[in-house]
Amino acid sequence: MELKGKQVVAIGEREGVNGPSLKLLAESAGASVVFSVTQCFV
Amino acid sequence: MDLDDQANVSRLAEEKGTGEMIVILGQPDSNSAGLFAETVTRGDPTWAGALAGVPLGLPVYHILEPEIKAQMDPALYQEHVGLMELSADVDDIIKWVKFYREGGAA
Repeated sequence: MELKGKQVVAIGEREGVNGPSLKLLAESAGASVVFSVTQCFV
Repeated sequence: MDLDDQANVSRLAEEKGTGEMIVILGQPDSNSAGLFAETVTRGDPTWAGALAGVPLGLPVYHILEPEIKAQMDPALYQEHVGLMELSADVDDIIKWVKFYREGGAA
């Protein structure tokens, strides 16, 4: 699946990779991020 | 998935369509990664949120999958994912995300 040009929904997790990090990474692959969130299970 | 976030994903899918949309996950274990993958493909398995009974069928990948990693800036990847890549059960996470991506036959 090529990310370039895709609209990415980034669902991160505090104990894993968070939403802002996923957004940065997806953008580095040429995708646009339309929604980014960090879930938190406590 | 958080109920507000389910509502947001549902709204985005309606507004923008799902044709060019892809979900990328960052969960540290297969249980939570599988739960999120199921929610954006088959619908909310807890039947609590806006995606209950809504099989969006979005293509869903985990940040640890090699074909996703290969497209990202290597230095950024190392900085933001490197630690989890070492500690997580990568194969198990990918197995469950792929299971739901491919239809979750059960």
